[in-house]
Amino acid sequence: MSASVTNASETPVFYEVDEHPHPEGHSTALGFWVYLMSDCLIFAVLFATFGVLGGNYAAGPGPRDLFDLPLVALNTSMLLFSSITYGFAMLAMDRDRKAQTQLWLIITGLFGLAFLSIELYEFHHMIEIGATPQRSAFLSAFFTLVGTHGLHVTFGIIWLVTLMVQVQRRGLIAANKRRLMCLSMFWHFLDVVWIGVFTFVYLMGMLR
Amino acid sequence: MRRLHLIALLPLAAALGGCNFVVLDPSGDIAAQQRDLLVISTLLMLLIIVPVMALTVFFAWKYRASNTKARYEPEWSHSTQMELVIWSAPLLIIICLGALTWMGTHLLDPYRPLDRIAAGEPVPADTKPLDVEVVALDWKWLFIYPEQGIATVNDLAAPVGRPIRFRITASSVMNAFYVPTLAGMIYAMPGMRTELNAVANAPGESRGFSSNYSGAGFSGMFFRFQALSDADFNAWTSEAKASEERLTRAAYLELERPSENVPARRFADIDPTLFDAILNMCVEPGKMCMKEMMAIDARGGLGLEGVANVLPLTYDKHARRGTVFGGAPSYVVGICTPEELATALTLSAARPASRDTALVRGAGLPLPALSGSLPAFTPISLPSREPRESLLGPRRPSNS
Amino acid sequence: MTETPFIEPSFLFGRFNLQAIPYHEPILVVTFLMVAIGGLAVLGAITYFRLWGYLWREWFTSVDHKKIGIMYMVLGIIMLLRGFADAIMMRLQQAWAFGGSEGYLPAHHYDQVFSAHGVIMIFFVAMPMVTGLMNYVVPLQIGARDVSFPFLNNFSFWMTVSGAVLVMTSLFVGEFAQTGWLAYPPLSGIGYSPYVGVDYYIWALQIAGVGTLLSGVNLICTIVKMRAPGMTMMRMPVFTWTALCTNVLIVAAFPVLTAVLALLAADRYLGTNFFTNDFGGNPMMYVNLIWIWGHPEVYILILPAFGIFSEVTSTFAGKRLFGYTSMVYATVVITILSYLVWLHHFFTMGSGASVNSFFGITTMIISIPTGAKMFNWLFTMYRGRIRFELPMMYTVAFMLTFVIGGMTGVLLAVPPADFVLHNSLFLVAHFHNVIIGGVLFGLFAGIAFWWPKAFGFKLDPFWGKCSFWFWVVGFYFAFMPLYVLGLMGVTRRLRVFDDPSLHIWFLIAAFGAFLIALGIACFLIQIGVSILRREQLRDTTGDPWDARTLEWATSSPPPAYNFAFTPVVHDLDAWWDMKQRGYTRPLAGFKAIHMPRNTGAGVILAGLSFVLGFALIWYIWWLAALSFVALVGTAIGHSFNYNRDFDIPADEVARTEEARTKLLAAGVNA
Repeated sequence: MSASVTNASETPVFYEVDEHPHPEGHSTALGFWVYLMSDCLIFAVLFATFGVLGGNYAAGPGPRDLFDLPLVALNTSMLLFSSITYGFAMLAMDRDRKAQTQLWLIITGLFGLAFLSIELYEFHHMIEIGATPQRSAFLSAFFTLVGTHGLHVTFGIIWLVTLMVQVQRRGLIAANKRRLMCLSMFWHFLDVVWIGVFTFVYLMGMLR
Repeated sequence: MRRLHLIALLPLAAALGGCNFVVLDPSGDIAAQQRDLLVISTLLMLLIIVPVMALTVFFAWKYRASNTKARYEPEWSHSTQMELVIWSAPLLIIICLGALTWMGTHLLDPYRPLDRIAAGEPVPADTKPLDVEVVALDWKWLFIYPEQGIATVNDLAAPVGRPIRFRITASSVMNAFYVPTLAGMIYAMPGMRTELNAVANAPGESRGFSSNYSGAGFSGMFFRFQALSDADFNAWTSEAKASEERLTRAAYLELERPSENVPARRFADIDPTLFDAILNMCVEPGKMCMKEMMAIDARGGLGLEGVANVLPLTYDKHARRGTVFGGAPSYVVGICTPEELATALTLSAARPASRDTALVRGAGLPLPALSGSLPAFTPISLPSREPRESLLGPRRPSNS
Repeated sequence: MTETPFIEPSFLFGRFNLQAIPYHEPILVVTFLMVAIGGLAVLGAITYFRLWGYLWREWFTSVDHKKIGIMYMVLGIIMLLRGFADAIMMRLQQAWAFGGSEGYLPAHHYDQVFSAHGVIMIFFVAMPMVTGLMNYVVPLQIGARDVSFPFLNNFSFWMTVSGAVLVMTSLFVGEFAQTGWLAYPPLSGIGYSPYVGVDYYIWALQIAGVGTLLSGVNLICTIVKMRAPGMTMMRMPVFTWTALCTNVLIVAAFPVLTAVLALLAADRYLGTNFFTNDFGGNPMMYVNLIWIWGHPEVYILILPAFGIFSEVTSTFAGKRLFGYTSMVYATVVITILSYLVWLHHFFTMGSGASVNSFFGITTMIISIPTGAKMFNWLFTMYRGRIRFELPMMYTVAFMLTFVIGGMTGVLLAVPPADFVLHNSLFLVAHFHNVIIGGVLFGLFAGIAFWWPKAFGFKLDPFWGKCSFWFWVVGFYFAFMPLYVLGLMGVTRRLRVFDDPSLHIWFLIAAFGAFLIALGIACFLIQIGVSILRREQLRDTTGDPWDARTLEWATSSPPPAYNFAFTPVVHDLDAWWDMKQRGYTRPLAGFKAIHMPRNTGAGVILAGLSFVLGFALIWYIWWLAALSFVALVGTAIGHSFNYNRDFDIPADEVARTEEARTKLLAAGVNA
């Protein structure tokens, strides 16, 4: 890796003569991981907020009046399926099969859209019957936590579409593979967060 | 302790006769104990601070570059003994200080009822503390004396030698109640109640104020505190009794509006439920009290019907406006009659699995008032002279 | 209370109207005229000397960590002037408003001044300067050619600028928050602060916070991934260690701030009930959350200063740092403990005694590693050969001043003592004692220390010493009276006083502030004089202090690529080791060097963020939507640019190194 300086055999090597440039994007995985952890902290604050305020219904409706578990279960399955299909996309990417990768990405995006649509339907329904974020601290915390997750999914989908265009244009080059890997971490991260939401907000909410 | 007092007085003597170091020389026993802790901690830390400062100056002088006679050891950078010393010296100090802190904090917990009037003078068994209910308003202080049935604005008095129990809340924003001669400060927070136990030990007049910034009129938010002999206190009380003004809910709502640099006022009579209503933020007619709300919430809320249980806010202290996307401000409508409340609670109690899930959700303590049967439940809107503990107890700050 | 008139938001201008311009406040009008004239003069000069293109190409769009570091410092110094102007106004008001006088500032103005002072000094002075030094020094110290994500670095900087500009805008358009620097609700809620002040606060911090967070991620990756071969974790210079810990703190603390401000914004815009009194909201949760960010923030600022003092002490004592290992562990322990102490900022909230004593004792425990550090510097001086250059003077002043601040800090951590001192001027004196005596002295030491590295000439020592003495003496004059006043039971943020015995102390404090003003003036003069006298102050060696770490191995200023060959590290004091063991500079065999390409995307994104923030503050929804779409569009557009690198050709590297060889030879002959 490093060659000795020619003139002084007993002096140690003080610099690399024959160095190879750092491979491009060598710290992207670490950087993105660190970013995800910081994002995770945002969710941690929102979960904590929900934990503190989740029982303050202000004499309004509580979780058992509002949540429709079968619908949320369906919603959860959409997101879980999208994670699996993203995994398939990554497998295809590893085998350098562009068309197959794109196909799986489309399916992932569609699952994501389905998830978002069901969530929006749920929100719309709640707001329509008057359970707005303004009605109680519980609802404020609920809409903010679930909504922030939804916003993340929205940006994930925008990113997904962008990446699909880029893959289409340039193929599965190293840079694009790196980006797909980042999005994959992001997507699975959202999945994990959603498991938390489903458990702590919906399931535990029904037990309150 | 005597010697400590002298040490505490040193800076006072050294400096500027005119200055009043009230924190270092308070008259109240609690504040004096807090001062003692402050002085002891300082001395304890000076044990290490002074040598460090002296060594810094000494080393800086001794090992200056121009002093070529001083030893120079450029490679010396480690010594296990030294390391042990530099970690254990602060550690030892902190162990002492930590022990002191643990004891002092528990002993001087503002919620703890007093057990002594002064050093070596325990509280007589038959003494009942003087209750004072304190409300921080925008930007003045309201003091309610439930026992005497009077109230004052920006004027606080207490008899010397009798423990005082302050119950503190605020009407709109956060403040801190602080009488330096008497005891340390504690926050006054809307919808929450804090407590402070203290005693005045010498007659005299001093100042109290808000020590937490609360908006435009903050600088003028101070009051007179008088420590009086029993006779003087009785005279002061009867003076208030002679006042024309009465503190009804309506008078309170008028008083609550923001005003600055308010002169002292006295009220000859009070609505005994007022403090409870202020604490529960339901002085305004028709507004649901927080303890009612919390009781309902603990049973799972009022269900979908509860959604509509709000009315637009027509009154507020400030010309309050709604948010851009949130619509006009509103409030939760109180349940007017005890029957209606009972019905509502029965309805919500009929809903399954509301009480047995405390463990599942880790909600901690059971709610004592609710675990009993419903008929035992006293509707809270009935007036009563007894300062009654509320249904759930007032809301303590979130992390307590 | 000045009632702000209710403005029905119009479509085109939101709630902005002409009344939002404070042309009826003479102080602001004069300030505005001065800023406008000064600004126009600067812009005019740039135009006249045709510098726009140069600035845009070489600086604004630069992804070079060194240039970005310098721009951070410039931002910090400019904002220091604004923050200090606020400080002087407060001191003047408090020295004035006695004996029935209302002073010269009405509450509406005064309350903005102290809120802005705190926000600016922490977020837009201390943070940029700390980040700037880390940005400049860390890659050089670890033998890297740039940071891990050069574009992100540029973007982070401009986001910080964007937040700063938003705060400055509040001076002349609308108002700033009148809530204190942490904007506790319910006071900062829509009910009690209905106008734009708090919104300026929220969006300025959110925008700048994005920058801070990303720069934290960036520097962590840089330190973890880009160290020169041979530099194990336990061979990293102490400044790099403290930078690593600081950035870990940033990444683990700033998201909390982002989230809590987002919740406050939701309360103010959407009418949610997180921190309201009604509908089950809980204002005290805000206080908890913001201090979960706020306490680590203190260590974010002080740790790099500790690192600077470590480098300075060992360099100027001509000696290895005493107890490197314990220094590193102390830093890491402080990093972890800083998350376990937040409640000491509100013992008076009325938590139980056990909770209070837990947080009190954890706070005290932090003083153990801090004390160990103090001893380490002490024993680094012991048997050294101390040269009292400016950085070393600041270090000694720091050691003497900081221990006092540390002591009063531990005092405040004793809950019963805090009950009588909390929110008093004693507290104000304490945190200025640690922030000025610690962070600021550290930054000045760092500036004087690394200036020759950045510009190739030393700073003028005479004006530096003037600045030093004015700062140190001024600090004691300005803040010791506040300790006294705190013991007299005077609380912070008061606007008028009626006890005449307090007056003398406020006059002394005002005098101290005046001395500090002279200190700042001397600092600026020092920079000006040094630039004029740069030929006399020139350093051709690249190592003017006979220093120890890698940044001194390269030329001053370093070439764009930092090191022609990546250094190999054998020792903690890598450059000292190289000097001791007969290192010879390579003169041939240069290769092309791969470097990142400049880009204007950062400036554009930050500019759009500013517009978005402004539109949100003033309820100009069409503009907010437009700028948001543009923001996302630009970000996506930028991601289509794959051509982000270039090679510095080998012969250019050879030419640069040749020039340095000549310079070194000239230096030896001279």
